Formats: sequence, C-alpha cells, structure tokens
Amino acid sequence: MNYTVDKNGFYGGFGGAFVPEMLYHNVKELQDNYIKIIESQVFQKEFKALLKDYVGRPTPLYFAKRLSKKYQTNIFLKREDLNHTGAHKINNTIGQILIAKHMGKKRIIAETGAGQHGVATATVCALMGLECIVYMGEIDINRQAPNVARMQMLGAEVRPAKSGSKTLKDATNEAIYDWIANPENTYYLIGSVVGPHPYPDMVARFQSIISKEMKTQLQEKTGRDYPDKIIACVGGGSNAAGAFYHYLNNKKVTLIAVEADGLGAKTNKTAATTQVGTKGIIHGSLTYLMQNKEGQITEPYSISAGLDYPGIGPLHAHLFFSKRATFLGATDNEAVEAAFELTQLEGIIPALESAHALAALKKIELNKNENIVINLSGRGDKDLTTYIKILKK
Amino acid sequence: MKNTFKKNNILNIYITAGFPKLNDTVEIVNELAKNNVDIIEIGMPFSDPLADGPTIQNSSKKAIENGITITKIFEQIKEIRKSTDIPILLMGYYNQLLQYGTEKFFNKAKEVGVNGFIIPDLPLDIYQKKLQTLVNNLGLNMIFLITPQTTNERIMAIDNTTSGFIYVVSSYSITGGSNEISKKQINYFERIKKMNLKNPTLIGFGIHNKKTFDTACKYTNGAIIGSAFIKEIGKSGDYQKTISNFIKNIRKG
Repeated sequence: MNYTVDKNGFYGGFGGAFVPEMLYHNVKELQDNYIKIIESQVFQKEFKALLKDYVGRPTPLYFAKRLSKKYQTNIFLKREDLNHTGAHKINNTIGQILIAKHMGKKRIIAETGAGQHGVATATVCALMGLECIVYMGEIDINRQAPNVARMQMLGAEVRPAKSGSKTLKDATNEAIYDWIANPENTYYLIGSVVGPHPYPDMVARFQSIISKEMKTQLQEKTGRDYPDKIIACVGGGSNAAGAFYHYLNNKKVTLIAVEADGLGAKTNKTAATTQVGTKGIIHGSLTYLMQNKEGQITEPYSISAGLDYPGIGPLHAHLFFSKRATFLGATDNEAVEAAFELTQLEGIIPALESAHALAALKKIELNKNENIVINLSGRGDKDLTTYIKILKK
Repeated sequence: MKNTFKKNNILNIYITAGFPKLNDTVEIVNELAKNNVDIIEIGMPFSDPLADGPTIQNSSKKAIENGITITKIFEQIKEIRKSTDIPILLMGYYNQLLQYGTEKFFNKAKEVGVNGFIIPDLPLDIYQKKLQTLVNNLGLNMIFLITPQTTNERIMAIDNTTSGFIYVVSSYSITGGSNEISKKQINYFERIKKMNLKNPTLIGFGIHNKKTFDTACKYTNGAIIGSAFIKEIGKSGDYQKTISNFIKNIRKG
C-alpha cells in the first residue's frame, strides 16, 4: 500500500483538486512549485532555523509517569503544546509563509476554527511583515474570544463568517471566496491537511517534523525508534498526519485516530466523520464527509472548535478505507474527563482537541510492555472558559 | 440547442430552483420563455457553493429550506417541457452528481429534457476521462468556464472539450458584482474574441443591466445574468410583471 500522494494529488481513491476555474491558476501554480521550493537549500535552511529558534523545536517527548502507572502501560506525550503559540499549527504556518514569500505574495488569508491556526498565521505574518486576514465563524469568534484578541494584537484582521453553521466549514468557504476575488497578490494559507491538492500533502510535509523527532527521541528513551501505538485527534487531521507520517509504512506501529463524537456519534450533534460520513467532495477534495443523500454538507458539532469540521483530509480517508489506521471517537464528556485527568496527574492542561486523543486510553487494549505516544497537539489556555464552567458545576 | 447559437445578443438568465418558493420554478421559466429569453440556467441549490456570490448563496439556502431536491428539480423540468422547448442548462456542483449517481443523473436529465450542464468544480481532465463519452452519446452539452487567468493554451483545450458554449467569467470574483466593465476586462474580452474559438462565448458574472449586457454582446455572443435577476424576483411575487419589466430593461433599456 502506498501512502504518499500521486502526481494528480490522490491518496488511493481520495484527494484531487475539485476547484472551479477561478481557482485553477492559483492551485496549479502551487502544485507546480511547492516541492521545488520546499526542497531548495534556501528554504530548508530558513525553515529549520525558524523551527529551532522561533518555534522552540524539538518539542520534548515526555514520559508521563503517573498517567502510565494509572493505565499500566508506558505513555509518552509528544509536547506540541510547548510550541510557540501553543499548538502544532505553527509548524505548518512557518512552512507556508516561506512558500508565500518565495512566490512573491503580499497578502495572506486563512481560515480558523478554534483560532489556533489563525493565531499561528497572524504570528508568522507579523514576523514577515505581511498583511493578514483571518476568516472565523461567528460562533467560534464568541467561544474563542482570547484567540480573537491575540490575532488582533498581532495585527491581523479577523472577519466573521456568517453563512451556514458559522463555524470552520463556513470560514473556509469565505477564505476561498476571498482567494477567488484576489488571485494575484493573495496566498491562501490553509491550516489542515484538507483542501485541493497540493495542500493536504504540503501541510503533512510541514507537520511531519513531529514524527521525525519522535523517531530520534524514542531511540534515545526506549532503544527503538518506533512506538507500539500512536494516538492523535483528527478534525481535518494535520497533527495526526504529522504524528503518523514517518510510521505510515511501518506496520509494527498501530495508528489510532480519534474523532469528536460530540454528544454521541448516533446523535445528530457530532463531528465523527468516518462513523456517519460518506464519500464526496468538500473544499475541493474527494474524501469522507458528513452529508445528506442530496450531497448537502451537514453541520458538525463538537465541544472542541478545532475538531468541529464535517470532513477529514484525504490521507486520513485513505488510512481509514485501507484500514491502516484505527478510527475511534470520544464524546465531549469523555474528552473533558481526560483533560482533567491529565491536568491532575501530570500538571499539564491540554487543549480540548488533544483531550480527545487522551480519552482513547479508556477505549483501547493496553499492556505493560507497550510504548504509546499520544500527540499532545495543543495547550488548554484557550479552553479555560469551558473548563471553568465545568469546575463550577 | 445548437441553433440558439447562430445569432448574437443571446440572453441567458440564471434562476435558483425552488426559489423564492419551492414550486415557483415552473412559472418563472415559462414567463422567461414568453419574454424571449434565449437560454435558462437552473441552479441546483448546494450548501457550499464555491463559485457563487452572496445573492445566489442566500437563494440556495432558502431553496434548500423550502425542500428542493434534485428529484424535485427533474419533476419541475418535466412540467416546464409541457409548455416550452427553451434550452435549459443545469448548474450545480460535482458532489451533488456523485451522491445522485453520475450516470443516473445524466440519463434522467436527458429523459426530462435538459440540454446541458455547468458544473464549475468538475475538473476538465476528470470530465474527459470519465464522463465526456456518456454526455456526448446522450447528445447533451457540458459547458466549461474560463477566467482572466486562464492561459490561451488552456482556453484551446477547453474549446476542444466544451460543447454548447464557453462561459467567460468576466472578472476575478464570485457571482453578483455590480461594477461597470473596466478597461482591463475589455482587454480580456478582446483577447478571447481574437482567438476565434470554435464554440460561442457568453459572458457571465457582474452582468446586471442594459449597459453591461450590451458591452458583453459587443465582444461575445451574449451574456448570462444571475444575481441581478434573483434579487428582482426575490422582491415580488408578481412574476409576470417583474419578469417582463426586467427583460425589457435589459433588451431595450
């Protein structure tokens, strides 16, 4: 089985670039240039330097002793929450802002759900002195107020998406409309492994630093460069793509993707795409998505704004379809419970998104001799309002 | 369909199926046909229409709430065909076809009397590989778009694949612009005109009054009006009067 993208942008039967002619030129320009730019020495030198000195990489691989004791296994946390701006998202924005610079683009647009990608984009735009416009669902603007303020302080303009469910899907639509209207000077900086080719592959490449570091760190700590299991949460799927990337062809590693069940995958308040979705096209990519029989995309729900997306990236669709990865779901309550457990056992407040990955510990078989890596994709500061509400109950 | 394109000043009006009310489609098309509109483009409402501006997005949202479905649209077209043979195009997104079943969709469209399709997010190469033979065999038309950024080389490829006409997107925008036509746009229209394409060309996006319609007709075979018309019929339930006035204003000023 092949897990890399083919020349037409497909992972097996998933992916491609289903975009209207108005986007064809820009998407093609990116398709034709991204690998050339990424592989150039100039790019690599600048990218590595920024990841090290600005983002603070490598992030630690931390052996969670008390959590391991509780679950009678060996649990390592890949601390993406310790990155500058608080999540893995910045690995990708650093990469893409350098691409934009190489292509001579002066105006950056982005979509954001929880606001993490928006903050990471606003940050690199401030760093490079580029204009930044972030589209964010009106509902998300209200539930992620601190991130909105951070983006504004960083000099970005936050534009509310008022259509549809007023969340991530609609923010993405608005960003695409903007790109159609401003194709010459604007670079669309997508935050996950979604969208038309080459975005899923490009974002996965930038996030692959996560599993690259894991290999070295596991070798040091366990004498073996691979774990038995890797657990990561999946909304669009960028942190999971990065955590799985260098292990896709190593069948000894069980890959576990955790989606947001919301109130339950059997209710209509869920974002568990692989459980309730079917094959179709969302944001220019052929993948699994939540839709009705007419092909109308349905509104997702999750307590976590970062997982509140009705599709998954085409790489994940391929991993799900080919059974290379196991897909699980965690509900709002299970995620919150896991967040409090990690906080109290290890003194780490995780983001609600990452808490979904932690919740999987209760759902899988574990044994004493195993090494498990959980990708702790982000920190929980942005979710304090939600956590405080629960504390007060 | 082919005969329609022997003349100039072609007026193609876009309507959203199931808007303003679910069953208004039939009456609106019949009125348009009576007023000598040349082609009707019927939009199949989609939740996430990447090529449509706010006016058409809102009409689509309303139509979906009204309960419009592709099955219903086919029934409405069957009804329309009892009174007029005006060329009808269906406009929608590829995901809608995939969920309905692509082959079933084209066969059913043929059966009820549809003449062609505009599917903006259907890639040219996927159409050529998977669907073109079927569409051609059914005698139907597939209309592709070009934009100011489309290279001459790609325009030639599109000219070789498209049937019916080429949809010339007037500017960098989603549908519904209301500005006058700029010098930059004129240069683009002139470039297209000089290419002497096999297919007729129709300009769409931002065509909203007699002036913009006439300018479009100077360089191409005609124009498509969508958002401006949707705004009008959204305002009033008296379609007979609204439509006759709207078309008169476009044709005669």
